[in-house]
Amino acid sequence: MSTLSLDAEALYAELLRGVRGLLRPGGVLVGIRSGGAWLAERLQADLGLPATPGFISSALHRDDFAQRGLAGGGGATALPFAVEGAHVLLVDDVLYTGRTIRAALNELYDFGRPASVVLAVLVDRGGRELPIEAAFAAARIVLPAAQRLTLAREADGRLDFELRGGAQGR
Amino acid sequence: MLARRNPQLNAHGELIHLLSIEGLPRAVLTQILDTAGTFLSVSQREVKKVPLLRGKSVFNLFFENSTRTRTTFEIAAKRLSADVINLDIARSSTAKGESLLDTIANLSAMHADMFVVRHAESGAPYLIAQHVAPHVHVVNAGDGRHAHPTQGLLDMYTIRHYKRDFTQLVVAIVGDIQHSRVARSDIHALATLGVPEIRAVGPRTLVPGDLAGMGVRVCHDMAEGIRDADVVIMLRLQNERMGGALLPSAGEFFKSYGLTPDKLALARPDCIVMHPGPINRGVEIDSRVADGSHSVILPQVTFGIAVRMAVMSTIAGNQA
Repeated sequence: MSTLSLDAEALYAELLRGVRGLLRPGGVLVGIRSGGAWLAERLQADLGLPATPGFISSALHRDDFAQRGLAGGGGATALPFAVEGAHVLLVDDVLYTGRTIRAALNELYDFGRPASVVLAVLVDRGGRELPIEAAFAAARIVLPAAQRLTLAREADGRLDFELRGGAQGR
Repeated sequence: MLARRNPQLNAHGELIHLLSIEGLPRAVLTQILDTAGTFLSVSQREVKKVPLLRGKSVFNLFFENSTRTRTTFEIAAKRLSADVINLDIARSSTAKGESLLDTIANLSAMHADMFVVRHAESGAPYLIAQHVAPHVHVVNAGDGRHAHPTQGLLDMYTIRHYKRDFTQLVVAIVGDIQHSRVARSDIHALATLGVPEIRAVGPRTLVPGDLAGMGVRVCHDMAEGIRDADVVIMLRLQNERMGGALLPSAGEFFKSYGLTPDKLALARPDCIVMHPGPINRGVEIDSRVADGSHSVILPQVTFGIAVRMAVMSTIAGNQA
């Protein structure tokens, strides 16, 4: 295992601060399933916003469908507001190649034309393959391609990072 | 002896063709139903299309007539952004004497990625699946009396939608079980998904006795068959079976096995009534039932599109 430790809870507090500055009046939160959706749920509550945030699944627009097929699980897109004309703050756990964000943007556009979209993430791990950037990242690190960084949610709702693979001997 | 793999599954146990529900593990069926749930909402979006099959060509090969099934497959493929080519085979090359495999070879040379096949001969889709290139997928849209797996899956989706759980249900299938590929696919699916009581209801001439071997309770009495049922699946009485030795008349059949409000009152108060369509009012089902509050016949059609999208996207995403 890697010696790198990322305290997801501490980073969340940082993300909350960043999102508070980014969210426009009347703007909506949309979390990318599954990690970003957990974050959006908590942000919605901590920002005192009414009702529920939007959730978006990138599964139907992924560009690796031919290799991987349908990625199972995570849940479907649910946007309880009109996307047309909305100021959308997109939230995700880890920003890496940018491909998930590209797919999520396509999915979002299937519901209408938003007025604006900005992205906030818990961790930007570098390695971009598309011209996509986050307006806010609670942490910026560089990880080798062989490592997988994913957010997990414990039974009590606490967030944790899991880092797998490729760290041996480094 | 060589272990024979199910021809629908690849070495990883993933679905690459859908030929029959028989022999498919519960996890495969459940995954298709879950995926269909995702696709159901696509039809309600501003943009009713997702790009999963963009650039792929789906050939609808209907050697036997069907409007509803062909149309729902066509809509499903188009919602997945595939190019759809409909071939009215009955009126083309086959009529000129071309063999099935020659037809397939020619269409493959046109770069087909998927064949949706309906054929009067049981097993025709299996034959095609054995002869296509590894990247080509085959969906059985009904073969002879054998199977109609997408109808079976959409029936399961419908049942799960209204009843949530399969493991406490009594499901009655009523009518011409003998000649029904829908009944066969439903029975395999219901058994795989854990339905404890499956009943086959109909006259002796139309309900094969060997069904008991599949764990099905055979009932020749309609009242016994639908009493306390949670789900009643009515089958279409095919006109070509009428008047021969199998059935005296449509009127006679309706009297004994037609679903009327009186007979339906024997089932559970919250039961649902299903029918694969097209319905024959006054032959197997009374209009008051077909249009009544228990009927979920039209939702079945809507679910059918989402289920076919799920089947096509699942097999297209798996490699042989």
